[in-house]
Amino acid sequence: MSDSKLSPKQWVAPHIAGLPRSGIRDFFELVKTMDDVISLGIGEPDFVTPWHIREACIYAINHGYTSYTSNLGDPRLRKAICKYSAENFGLEYQPENECIVTVGVSEALDIVLRAVLSPGDEVLYHEPCYVSYAPSVRMTHAVPVPVLTRAENDFVLQVEDLEKAVTPRSKVLLLNYPNNPTGAGMTLADKQLMADFAIRHDLLVLSDEIYEELSYIPRTPSIASLPGMKERTVTLNGFSKAFAMTGFRIGYACGPDDLIEAMMKIHQYSMLCASSIAQAAAIEALQNGQGPREDMRREYEQRRNVIVKRLNEIGLPCFMPRGAFYVFPRISSTGLDSATFAKRLLQEKHVAVVPGTAFGSCGEGFVRCSYATSLEEIEIAMTRIQEFVSALS
Amino acid sequence: MNDATLKKEIVALLRRNARMPEKELADRLNSTVDKIAALIRELEKDRVIMGYAAIINQEAENGEVRAIIEVGVQPERDTGFDTIAERLGKFPEVHSVYLVSGHYDLRLEVVGQSMQDVASFVSSKLASQPGVKSTATYFLLKKYKEAGVQISKDEHYERLKIVP
Ligand SMILES: Cc1ncc(COP(=O)(O)O)c(C=O)c1O
Repeated sequence: MSDSKLSPKQWVAPHIAGLPRSGIRDFFELVKTMDDVISLGIGEPDFVTPWHIREACIYAINHGYTSYTSNLGDPRLRKAICKYSAENFGLEYQPENECIVTVGVSEALDIVLRAVLSPGDEVLYHEPCYVSYAPSVRMTHAVPVPVLTRAENDFVLQVEDLEKAVTPRSKVLLLNYPNNPTGAGMTLADKQLMADFAIRHDLLVLSDEIYEELSYIPRTPSIASLPGMKERTVTLNGFSKAFAMTGFRIGYACGPDDLIEAMMKIHQYSMLCASSIAQAAAIEALQNGQGPREDMRREYEQRRNVIVKRLNEIGLPCFMPRGAFYVFPRISSTGLDSATFAKRLLQEKHVAVVPGTAFGSCGEGFVRCSYATSLEEIEIAMTRIQEFVSALS
Repeated sequence: MNDATLKKEIVALLRRNARMPEKELADRLNSTVDKIAALIRELEKDRVIMGYAAIINQEAENGEVRAIIEVGVQPERDTGFDTIAERLGKFPEVHSVYLVSGHYDLRLEVVGQSMQDVASFVSSKLASQPGVKSTATYFLLKKYKEAGVQISKDEHYERLKIVP
């Protein structure tokens, strides 16, 4: 018998204990206590997965496609991914050894970071960014090095800022364009600047292109397709956003075979393989999903037009997002900080938005509004936000 | 967006919701209400848009009876199927007329107040038309989908209110 007063917390590793809870989660707890909330806080499509994809999954179940697949993923899916990547992103990869199917981009990001990082290595990434980037880096005992992006550049990462942050320990440049939470996107010229920087400092680029198909500017080839980049880039993508398949948990990574092999080792021991029936659904999405995918993209684009116009009219300025389904209006003119703005808007008007600070400290002064919700709801939310803002002044 | 693309987008949106206000169309398409109104007038004038109708759940509404009628006809020299198809279309009971490939020629959808109504239209008006060789009538028993809309609503799954 021990009379130790230590709580079970003592077992938690310090680098995990030190991880912050996602700012989004705290907010979620608050929302749960209320009904009739209109939520612009949802980072997933409001569309149900297109029926042909669901049907393919049901078919797979009916026909007993319920066993493990190869570690890298069903060869038919890898083949479909490489064909799709060639046609849509200008990327040429071999299905046999340059592509791995993962449990969402989430797992792809985790295993690629674990595959390449040693304690003390530095990862350059932009803020604001997706909530998992810094924690995922920390879990490998490497060091996340945020580089701030600004509204005046439409939140596109600037080489000058990268140059100030790069050190001899820098190993990875992590990019996410089109961007969650800002809706920023990169032109081909922007991508070329990133590529030049990565080559100059001998960095590996991880490009999270999960919103690539939800672009509202003419699509340009992926950064990995630029000269000299293929050997130093791993491209991450998935089905969650473009095909409205978040619950299927399916994504992939493409890159040089040595890196895919290293990722495969981790994947094989920690995950074994992605869900077979989700893989069957993914094959269908790639083979026949273009039409529904484009319909959803157009609907997002039109909602974007509406929400950007309204927010600017209300006096919460934002630029026209180039992709994804988020707008990132500046709210500092209200005199409130992001967290207070979001909390009071929720309590007083029952509209949920996410404080910009959930995506990095430079998100202060901004909130994220998702337009992955019906235009009807967006219109009501805008009316309520208008009332909220005018009552403040 | 040029006018032709705008028109395409307008038609796509009005197909989904014929009551969509011009203001919403303008905002969605990054255009102006005046521009949208002018393009809709053109679409109407050019008979691209021929009318605006509600999508009605018949069962919930009234006791109308509908039938699909396959009609075999004798095509005419010079005009083929057109003359007879247009003549049949003039009857107000006839809701739609299509020329189809396959075992018969024209596919009609006919609406009446009762089965009796439709039956007597078929025997007294339709079958006796010059050029009509045969008819086969199928009364519609239950409708599952109309104009792209499923009659029974899908069960709705609520997403989490906040996700990253
Ligand atoms: C930028 C970004 N990367 C990755 C993910 C995770 O996606 P998945 O569902 O494929 O794990 C998200 C989801 O919100 C995201 O916004």
